[in-house]
Amino acid sequence: MSENHKIIEIEVLRYNPESDEEPHLEVYKVPFTDDMSVLQGAQYIKDNFDGSLTFRWSCRMAICGSCGMMINGIPKLSCETFLRDYYPNRIRIEALAHFPIEKDLVVDLSGFIEKLEAIQPYIIPKEPKTLAEGEYLQTPKEFNAYIQFTSCINCTLCYAACPQFGLNPDFIGPAAMALLHRYNMDSRDGASASRMELVASEEGVYNCSAVGYCSEVCPKHVDPASAVNINKANAAKDYFLRFLSPKGGSK
Amino acid sequence: MSKYRTRSNAPIFWGLFGAGGMLSALFVPMMIFITGIAVPLGFLLPAGTMSYPKMLAFAQNFIGKGFIFAIISLSLWFCVHRVYHSLHEFGIHAGMGAKLLCYGIAMLVTVVCAVGLLGLGF
Ligand code: SF4
Ligand code: FES
Repeated sequence: MSENHKIIEIEVLRYNPESDEEPHLEVYKVPFTDDMSVLQGAQYIKDNFDGSLTFRWSCRMAICGSCGMMINGIPKLSCETFLRDYYPNRIRIEALAHFPIEKDLVVDLSGFIEKLEAIQPYIIPKEPKTLAEGEYLQTPKEFNAYIQFTSCINCTLCYAACPQFGLNPDFIGPAAMALLHRYNMDSRDGASASRMELVASEEGVYNCSAVGYCSEVCPKHVDPASAVNINKANAAKDYFLRFLSPKGGSK
Repeated sequence: MSKYRTRSNAPIFWGLFGAGGMLSALFVPMMIFITGIAVPLGFLLPAGTMSYPKMLAFAQNFIGKGFIFAIISLSLWFCVHRVYHSLHEFGIHAGMGAKLLCYGIAMLVTVVCAVGLLGLGF
């Protein structure tokens, strides 16, 4: 890089489980150009100062959802956040809040993966159709009912934003609820009753206190907060009306 | 996450909270204005708007009774739910004790309010 590059200080939360008692901050002086993202800043550190710096990334275009980190305390995708917007101030990058840190900027997502599995994230038809009966048709209106909730890229920024998930890691949380809602709202699906057990449980939607920060930080405008809140109403209906419904609702 | 999930009984409290929140938002600012500003200062409303006989008649009326009861009781359920959850958010996990205290207050006032209103007769 040529000399006339600007230099920005990047403070990185480092943690090596093999040698560190706890995470600590380290500062690096990184030369940058206006088109450099925070992710590229981290890459510069890895290439030039410390090859052991660990972080996740793949697409570099806000699609894969793997490069999330806390940037000056706000959960963001580091590939679509630019160093120039922070210069001349120092920028601090840390692992996503509320998750256990595996190493440096990499967090342990196994709890989140379990939640994704728990919501039955696939279409379970009301009644099975034979091939001869043809495909399941859907009107544009039925399509619009769920399409917004399909845009989630599992970046978990919303979990890093959610104070209730921070207090109770068992809370099913925003993105898993958005995906659950996506399948419930799909006209081809018939399994909302069986997903209700989770929605209405101690780990379910009522952990949410309607903070709404999850939807604010979501890079894909999924609005997971609305999925959670719509399902509070659904779960309340199920709670009070379950004795009236023929199947008795979910237990 | 545990495999055997317990159903949360939150809908009861959440329902009261929601109803109370809605009612508070709609009526409480107006109530504060009438009872706290307009009437004491003799402002806009005719003198004696909240005189004893008038209020007694209001509280003896079927609809008036319901209104007073709903405003007092539901607003309080709304309040205690917020307080309880805010405690949790501030990191005070007082658990069952706090829960009983918060919702207990709302329950108690609800009962007192109902008994009082019914005692006034129709
Ligand atoms: S809902 Fe939004 S913030 Fe949450 S994981 Fe999906 S894309 Fe990311
Ligand atoms: S690297 Fe794929 S979203 Fe940032």
